Amino acid sequence: MTPKPVIEARDLSLTFQTNDGPVHALSHVDLTINQGDFVSFIGPSGCGKTTFLRVMADLEQPTDGSITVNGMSPAEARKARAYGYVFQAAGLFQWRTIDKNIRLPLEIMGYSKSEQDARVARVLEMVELAGFENKYPWQLSGGMQQRASIARALGFDADILLMDEPFGALDEIVRDKLNEQLLELWSRTGKTIGFVTHSIPEAVYLSTRIVVMSPRPGRVTDVIESTLPKERPLHIRESADFLEIAARVRVGLRAGTLEDV
Amino acid sequence: MSDAAVPLRSRIWAGQVIPVVVVVAAIIAIWYAGAVWLNAPWALDQAGRDEVELSATELVADTWSQERPVLPAPHQVVQDLWKSTIGTRITSKRSLFRHAWITLSATLAGFALGSGLGILLAVGIVHDRTMNASVMPWVIASQTIPILAIAPMIIVVLNSIGISGLLPKAIISMYLSFFPVVVGMVKGLRSPNKMLLDQMHTWNASRSQTFWRLRLPSAVPYLFTSLKIGVAASLVGAIIGELPTGAVAGLGARMLSGSYYGQTVQIWSALVMAAILAAALVALVGVAERATLRVMGGR
Repeated sequence: MTPKPVIEARDLSLTFQTNDGPVHALSHVDLTINQGDFVSFIGPSGCGKTTFLRVMADLEQPTDGSITVNGMSPAEARKARAYGYVFQAAGLFQWRTIDKNIRLPLEIMGYSKSEQDARVARVLEMVELAGFENKYPWQLSGGMQQRASIARALGFDADILLMDEPFGALDEIVRDKLNEQLLELWSRTGKTIGFVTHSIPEAVYLSTRIVVMSPRPGRVTDVIESTLPKERPLHIRESADFLEIAARVRVGLRAGTLEDV
Repeated sequence: MSDAAVPLRSRIWAGQVIPVVVVVAAIIAIWYAGAVWLNAPWALDQAGRDEVELSATELVADTWSQERPVLPAPHQVVQDLWKSTIGTRITSKRSLFRHAWITLSATLAGFALGSGLGILLAVGIVHDRTMNASVMPWVIASQTIPILAIAPMIIVVLNSIGISGLLPKAIISMYLSFFPVVVGMVKGLRSPNKMLLDQMHTWNASRSQTFWRLRLPSAVPYLFTSLKIGVAASLVGAIIGELPTGAVAGLGARMLSGSYYGQTVQIWSALVMAAILAAALVALVGVAERATLRVMGGR
């Protein structure tokens, strides 16, 4: 069975007009993400990895080329609730409890009260936050807040999960734990995940494919298919395969930056 | 642990009581000294006419007990306050409670109108580009006009179309109180950052959903800060509204008639009453603020 493409970018470019002249955030990007892929975008700051994710989510408009999400334009896909987006900060509303925060997109989308209850309970279970529904965000640790944010993005059954450096602000121990949980969640739900990061180990550990990007202009320099098995205990990070992929990512990153200097 | 739960003795030791007492004592001392300084010329003048020598003690005693002093001493004001509130029937024209209530009712009406107008304008300014460009400059310009200059015009114009009594005063009060509410609410409604707004966008939230679920709750702390300023401004507006009308009742009228007849003690007790009212109103808004923020999950 041929994998079904979910996101297809063809010759995609995005140029920001700034006071210092045009900034080429994305330049002629071609990429296909298939259903069930876990794709990481890695690169130095300014390489357009976040911009690319934001284009998929209809938060930025490309200036050239085409992109489809589930066969639709990003705007249509957004309205069809095709994706859940997890931002770098948890973005929880301080005046709502965890339960009410996860309920927020469900309220906006018009789910019935009983449907909301069932979904909130289910996703809280998924991110292991059951029992915390009546806490306010400030009563939770940073890692727990980010888990609540992921739960919120899972509540409305989007097939695609777009994550913009979701664990960037967390310490390494918490990050390891959340990476493990995320992989588990991914294999259980079969969602397609786009994941922006600047950590090589995180990208290699999580992904089925790693997209290496470089700045000025933002472009894709390498796409690495992971040879790691789907089942990934944390200690896989000491295996030879893992280190080999990590080395390749590092070479790709260096090549992209060296051209620049 | 809240302040009230701490026993008085440890609060004294914690330095929470002594500074307050010292400041109050200093103010009262300066006030008494000021009374001596400002009232002494009249006392000496009287003594000169009666051809009596005043000893220092007699001079001081005189300056603190004149019937129409330039600056009444604190105890004279307290006595007058007591006499005109507790010591007077509430139905009497001399009851300061009655005058305070008349001013307070105009203040509350003006505050309600001003807060409502301020919130509505802020919502319009935040949601509509044209309103942002066209209304905001007028809002700011409105506050550069001295209220004392236009208050009589408002009263006269409204009177000519048959509106008198509480409403003209409430409108002047509204004129002063809507401004801080507009400014605070505009800032509050714009306080959600780009990420939070993007997040609403990814859920395809409508403008009204974004307003009710994100902008309005974010604006609440700003709103209460504005309301505290607004309620004090409302009181000032209501008092100013009583000055040019030749109003017979209200704290403003007491101040004005006091100044016509040289009843300085009466002016001061009306002033003190106004200050007490203002402090009580601001404190009430503060109580409402704490209750609201607690409901909103404040720590």
